[in-house]
Amino acid sequence: MELHLLRTAAAGPALAPLLALVLTCVFFATQSDRFLSPQNFSLILQQEMVVGVIAIGQTLIILSAGIDLSCGMVMALGSIVMAKLAVAGGMNAYLAILCGVATTVAFGLLNGALVTLVRLPSFIVTLGTMNIALALTQIYSEAQTVTEVPAAMTALGNTFSLGGAEISYGVVLMLVLYAAAWLALRNTVSGRHVYAVGNDPEAARLTGIATRRVLIGVYAVAGLMYGIASLLAVARTGVGDSQAGETEALEAITAVVLGGTSLFGGRGLVLGSLLGALIVGVIRNGLTLMGVSSIYQVLITGILVILAVSMDKLSRRKGY
Amino acid sequence: MSLPASGNGPTPLVLEARRLVKRYGKVTALDGVDLDLRAGEILGVIGDNGAGKSQLIMALSGAMVPDEGEVRLDGKPVHFRSPIEARRHGIETVYQGLAVAPAMTIAENLFLGREIIKPGLCGRLLRIIDKEKMVSQARQHMASLQIGIHSMTQAVETLSGGQRQGVAVARSAAFARHVVIMDEPTAALGVKEGNMVLELIRKVRDRGLAVILISHNMPYVFEIADRIHIQRLGKRAAVVDPKRISMSDAVAVMTGAKRPDELPTDVLAH
Repeated sequence: MELHLLRTAAAGPALAPLLALVLTCVFFATQSDRFLSPQNFSLILQQEMVVGVIAIGQTLIILSAGIDLSCGMVMALGSIVMAKLAVAGGMNAYLAILCGVATTVAFGLLNGALVTLVRLPSFIVTLGTMNIALALTQIYSEAQTVTEVPAAMTALGNTFSLGGAEISYGVVLMLVLYAAAWLALRNTVSGRHVYAVGNDPEAARLTGIATRRVLIGVYAVAGLMYGIASLLAVARTGVGDSQAGETEALEAITAVVLGGTSLFGGRGLVLGSLLGALIVGVIRNGLTLMGVSSIYQVLITGILVILAVSMDKLSRRKGY
Repeated sequence: MSLPASGNGPTPLVLEARRLVKRYGKVTALDGVDLDLRAGEILGVIGDNGAGKSQLIMALSGAMVPDEGEVRLDGKPVHFRSPIEARRHGIETVYQGLAVAPAMTIAENLFLGREIIKPGLCGRLLRIIDKEKMVSQARQHMASLQIGIHSMTQAVETLSGGQRQGVAVARSAAFARHVVIMDEPTAALGVKEGNMVLELIRKVRDRGLAVILISHNMPYVFEIADRIHIQRLGKRAAVVDPKRISMSDAVAVMTGAKRPDELPTDVLAH
């Protein structure tokens, strides 16, 4: 059975996470009768839309053989910047949103520049920028939550009814972004170059690919995704939360790896990350329904990411 | 306008290197090396480890910029600052590590860095790749070199060492207009696959391309090369004729056991 799972993981990158998602759903359906309701699923989707969009950016970076630990904190900084500029600074809401997104894109560019131009490992660069973003968030917000944000910032949290389930516009946006990322990675020159750079950066350079440009682009687009995620976070909670961003990085990385993207770069599918994010969401939701305390959910996320990475490593070894 | 330094051979020179120098701190990797490559020939390049073979090849393929010296292509000076610029001038290189993306398909690898883009405004604007066209052209290239791989959508990592080499050679042959440089193309291959690659190299030459072959494998170099450039201590020690010189004499010059002027003059290539 385990061998079979491994083989499935190797055969179809999106098949294994899909199977895992179905199995987790079946498990929780037997544990709680509230689990299988449309309302519950729309709740899971809404809870996961922030991590889901962050995971798109994280997928791009992991595909390019990097990792971004700063994603959660950068997202939190973006939320605080847009919320506080609008509420305390009286800035036009749309302009404030743009400033928030510009902040996260700037962080992406900074990460990309340090990784490509100074040639530092992404792990250590983003550990640094993670703390810079955390500190900036605390300094700028004075560790206060920004409330009473303008309606334009919560519009994506509004919902419409679909077959008994309330779907938020933010979830639709997330799905659209996934579709766009999937098509871009699959069918465009830039997308294929992300895979090539992740496969073997030296080979990519020798075949004439501008690897630095590809990498800086990857980090910048990831920054854009974090910016959109920060708007979604404000939309979902209705506030600019100065304490946000702590768990999102690990959850996004878990989602990407559970989705079958290799931490070693160059292999994987962005749609897998959506499934991965849903697996994380389903597990958290299911455990809550079962009355398991939230600290155990953190514990389980930690175990999950190690399991997923081990699977990745084992299936790679089988491949060679 | 013919340059006096070139054109004294029987066939015109395609590629010339003149007094190339490359230093890394105190280490002199290239110490004023010359190289002549004639049209339609296979020039073997041999040398001990550290003789500067790889550095010479990197300078010719644009992977490295020499500190001094000149490279001429068809008699005209060229300055390659990147492999892309060398490729634009019709010089293709098969690197020792093959420079392939293992998880990507054969077709994608053949067109890596020069993907075919779908026609139409949308295709050009978003740079959408034309997978069908890439697969069908890849099939043609592979078939024209009689490389027996049929599925172009197979990942390169599923191929054998010789087949991967075939993909790398097919890529360079498909795009080269003047020169194909091959760095250790038979390394890590068995006898059968090594011979298959030699056959491929002959086919590339028979298309009228000039080939530079760097190899540690003396029997292969002696079997296939028209002339052999012996590299030693960052310089060209001699250019010899593989049909006249013995393998042991070539090795002796390569390692410094014999000085080039100790060789009988008829073994030198003209």
